Amino acid sequence: MAKDRGKREIEIRFGERLTPARQAVRSALTSGPGILWVTVFLLVPLLAVIAMGFLTRGSYGEIGLPLTFENYTRLAGFGAFGFDPLYPLVIARSLVLAAGTTLVCLLAGFPLAYFIVQLPPRGKQIALTLVVIPFWTNLLIRTYAWQILLGPQSLAAKAASALGLAEAGRPLYPSLGAVYLGMLAAYLPFLVLPLYSSFEKLDWSIAEAAMDLGADGSRVLRHAILPQVLPGMIAGMILVFIPAVGQFVIPDLLGGARTVLLGNAIQQQFGASRDWPFGAAIAFVGMAVVMLGLSFYARTAGSDSEEALL
Amino acid sequence: MAVAAPGEPKGVSGSVGSARATSVEVEGIRREFGSFVALDGVSLAIRPGEFLTLLGPSGCGKTTLLRILAGLDVADAGQVRIDGQDVGEMPAHRRPVNTVFQSYALFPHMTVRENVAFGLRMKKVPGEQVAQRVTRMLDLVQIATFADRKPAQLSGGQKQRVALARALINEPKVLLLDEPLGALDSKLRKELQVELLALQRRLGITFIFVTHDQEEALVMSDRIAVMRAGRIEQLGDAEEIYERPRTRFVSQFLGTCNLIEGKATRREGLAVLVDTPFGELRAEGYGAPALPTQGSPREALTLAIRPEKVRLVSAGAAGEEGENRVTVTVRELIYIGSETHYLLDAPGGAILTAYVMNARIGSQGFDLGQAATAVLPPAGLLVLDD
Repeated sequence: MAKDRGKREIEIRFGERLTPARQAVRSALTSGPGILWVTVFLLVPLLAVIAMGFLTRGSYGEIGLPLTFENYTRLAGFGAFGFDPLYPLVIARSLVLAAGTTLVCLLAGFPLAYFIVQLPPRGKQIALTLVVIPFWTNLLIRTYAWQILLGPQSLAAKAASALGLAEAGRPLYPSLGAVYLGMLAAYLPFLVLPLYSSFEKLDWSIAEAAMDLGADGSRVLRHAILPQVLPGMIAGMILVFIPAVGQFVIPDLLGGARTVLLGNAIQQQFGASRDWPFGAAIAFVGMAVVMLGLSFYARTAGSDSEEALL
Repeated sequence: MAVAAPGEPKGVSGSVGSARATSVEVEGIRREFGSFVALDGVSLAIRPGEFLTLLGPSGCGKTTLLRILAGLDVADAGQVRIDGQDVGEMPAHRRPVNTVFQSYALFPHMTVRENVAFGLRMKKVPGEQVAQRVTRMLDLVQIATFADRKPAQLSGGQKQRVALARALINEPKVLLLDEPLGALDSKLRKELQVELLALQRRLGITFIFVTHDQEEALVMSDRIAVMRAGRIEQLGDAEEIYERPRTRFVSQFLGTCNLIEGKATRREGLAVLVDTPFGELRAEGYGAPALPTQGSPREALTLAIRPEKVRLVSAGAAGEEGENRVTVTVRELIYIGSETHYLLDAPGGAILTAYVMNARIGSQGFDLGQAATAVLPPAGLLVLDD
């Protein structure tokens, strides 16, 4: 029996007899590097962060025992001085900023992707290059550039004051509008590129069929175009939302560094405050919230609720 | 073509009187894509309840014409009237026409039932009425069992039925069909041809059907408009188009046809005597009503005769007065059961094709290399326009 089973395990691949030993060697050679990469660069750091969240900070910032839930109770708002929802608010604020950024990117990206797709091939290439070009510059530099563009002597500021939207001689930042403008500029390509590829694959005859069956412009969009580009749209929205949750440079530089967001809260704990365990706890909760949101989406999108989402 | 009066829509005059109601009327439609002329002044009048086929090779403009009727494309010049109403300014979603698309274009995210209900939902028909009409329509086209499937789970034939149901449920005045059977295998295609025709007769809706399949056109249509390079080359019923093609193109596009070049020498009553490489041939069949009556009688012209009209008799067999007789040798023969197709070497290096019904019992016809006489009945010899 055992012999039989052993025999059956020998596979023949490309005319070659593959013994279990050989098979093991081959598996290690092919999938080994990938597994190693994921372990070293993803799994170990992740586990380290999770573990660190349950450790205690010493008086000089050193990390040590005992194991504790204190970091998490503090994060939930139950600190030494009674209840203070500072950190839940930080997380909520970050999520709102990310959601707002996603929405702004969607409103700007949808027409843009649609516009690019209708260009002739040469125009498409140029337009897509223009979309990607900002990536060639460092984010910090781009954000400072916005300070210049929105500065008191800038064209935008003059135009705004001429229209009575702003006081003359004053910069347009710090302001919420400037923050969203900066976020839009930074994250738009993440949404436009996947959305563009969805538009590229769009079957226009389905839109024509909808028209033929009596759907006017907006209903053609809703019933024939949107369902087709939905996968690209969702992918783009996720690609914008996730990094936007951790973004704090843009809100700091264009929003006036007055609010604490997830990103600078973590930075502060790992940096100035030297409280790595608490920083790890914040990082983990932020990640958990995003993961939960995504898995909820994955479960609903798997069923027939695509239309409900619209 | 050259002899047709300029500007006169060929075939339309006479067959549709002005007093008669028309379902769709197309006048001088022109459409250009860059330097390519897709439609070059097409005029056409379609009767209510008619099954009209636009037949032609790809690129002849038939789909463009259909799209203009649907409102999915806009003509550069010309007019379209549906039930007497000019629809030039009417957007696609308001036109009383529906289309069955070549690729079906079903909504992939909707079930069969939702696909079929779409048109009624757009018209804001009350829910329970929609459900009733959808159920009736699904029964009519026999897809009730697939009602809750998505298009991806259907076969080509089933998709075709859904596309048809989705269009017909809106009770359009005109149904436009763009090669609806093109993607199906030939057996299913034949079945659906019959069904489609029965459905059209039953509903009495005007059908405008686009195809490049000549057999399909002959089987289904009340009238066929043969299109070529953006123009309607000939319009008529199946028999007219097949038996009396006017141009080389029509004669060759539908079925096979022997073409014989010659010069008219004289006229004897309604017959024309034509000097050809086969000798003098007498032609009495008129492909074109516009037989050249004016001009020089020595005009160069083309005669056409269908292979099945050619009779093959033993060399030297006695003939009748006035018959066209050509001495030929059998170059090739293809036995296909019910008939035998002969390729015959004719005088002047020409090849003549003859289809002979194997009506006799026992051995049939002629052998390879055998000499024979091909009889070209004068009534079967048509004078073409070009």
